[in-house]
Amino acid sequence: MAKKEILSPLPGTFYRRPAPDQPPYKSEGDPVAVGDVVGLVEVMKSFNEVKSEVAGKLVRFLVENEDAVMAGQPLAEVEG
Amino acid sequence: MAIRTLLVANRGEIALRIQRAARELGIRVVQAHSAADRDSLPVRLADAAIEIGPPPAKKSYLAIPAIVEAATKVGADAVHPGYGFLAENGEFADACEVAGLVFVGPTGDTIRAMGDKVEARRLAAEAGVPTVPGSAGRIHELDEAREVLARTGFPVMIKAAAGGGGRGIRIARDEEELARLWPQARAEALAAFGDGGLYLEKRIERARHLEVQVLGDGQRVIHLFERDCSLQRRRQKLWEEAPAVRLDPAVRERLCAAAVRLAERVHYRGAGTVEFLFDEATGDFYFLEMNTRIQVEHPVTEEITGIDLVKAMLEIAGGAPLPFRQEEIAPRGHAIEVRINAEDPARDFAPHPGRIASLELPGGPGVRIDTALYAGYEVPPFYDSLLMKLIARGRDREEALARLERALAELAIGGIPTTAALHRALVRTPEVRAWDVHTAWLEPWLDTNRRLLA
Repeated sequence: MAKKEILSPLPGTFYRRPAPDQPPYKSEGDPVAVGDVVGLVEVMKSFNEVKSEVAGKLVRFLVENEDAVMAGQPLAEVEG
Repeated sequence: MAIRTLLVANRGEIALRIQRAARELGIRVVQAHSAADRDSLPVRLADAAIEIGPPPAKKSYLAIPAIVEAATKVGADAVHPGYGFLAENGEFADACEVAGLVFVGPTGDTIRAMGDKVEARRLAAEAGVPTVPGSAGRIHELDEAREVLARTGFPVMIKAAAGGGGRGIRIARDEEELARLWPQARAEALAAFGDGGLYLEKRIERARHLEVQVLGDGQRVIHLFERDCSLQRRRQKLWEEAPAVRLDPAVRERLCAAAVRLAERVHYRGAGTVEFLFDEATGDFYFLEMNTRIQVEHPVTEEITGIDLVKAMLEIAGGAPLPFRQEEIAPRGHAIEVRINAEDPARDFAPHPGRIASLELPGGPGVRIDTALYAGYEVPPFYDSLLMKLIARGRDREEALARLERALAELAIGGIPTTAALHRALVRTPEVRAWDVHTAWLEPWLDTNRRLLA
């Protein structure tokens, strides 16, 4: 089982849900395919989808919802 | 009681603007800041600084308990909210008052009344301020719509009563089109919002955005004339002028008087702006909303009136009566502000945080720069993209335009793309020079002039 990471494409604030009153895009343990949206990064009030470039099982998130993230920072760990 | 220590609960250029006003009044300045703003100019220039939370605004500049606690801890007797963030949050104003702090702005009740669009429209109507003609409430049948049309005429907008953000809006240009679009609009509203209620509003074509600056002390209100903010992209202002171009003096007088009546109606305290749609073809204007804070574009008003609005806010918040009488406000010349944002106009205005590798600022007669940038500064990704306001003033609009063009040529921001490229193109555009523009003018212009921005 190879360990892979989903990286933030941009610096900003990371969100796990499309909106505060909606369920998260992905939960720990969920399967992920290439292109799946796993969260949003807000950069200067504009929201950008974070799409997975790897496939497998999302083992755990490495940052909390609404955490500040840097470009290239690992957001989640994927096994597969 | 005059303010002795002020907590500035904002960041960027407006934090610095507030600090400058406070310092000139002999007020001690404490800068509240997030972890991302430790190296910012406002933090460096303040008498003291206090960290209020991590980078995301929700945990710092929007965290009411953290800000109130910081203000108490540093011994501040007043808090200035700037614009954005908590500036129009009635609960924040209340929380300051409860903690024994002066909130530099109107009361929580005024903020809430003007923040509620229906209530604001009602107050405006009560104060004899014209609102956009339309149906009083929701209507369901086309027959009811015909009665409303007697007042609105064509074209008319059909809007979903439960809608928002532009969804479900249709424009009917004649009776036939209305009859065709009505059932569609109803069905769509029902499907999208579970509510088929519609309302009608007169469609103002080629409208300009005019707004009147007011200043009140809770008893008396004066106006500082109007601004024209018709150059907008996706409802975001990019370029603002004072006074409004080609505004008939009689219309100007009615417009400013209407703004004062509304502000008087709510016993307005502090600096505020009453926004209007202006139909140049008929000379009619209609109330849009009132902003209960200092606005980004306030410098153009300061440049033509010679009045420091932020200083006036601080004096009024300290308990002083209005420092000016209406007769003392005499505008002179013309001022233009352009917003330099960290956005790439060549890539559909994508936001672009990053390091300011180099910075060369314009100067000379009639040029004012409001910014918190310095060479080597790292623009953080967490907040809005406004980097700088470049304001040019002249004896008349021609001179202001010439100075703006000259200042934009001197300005050099290295490291990240900015909207300066857009303004260099706009300042040479005939429609802008002739002010043959309206609030929906810029977007199609951008579509056809992309090559000028590359």
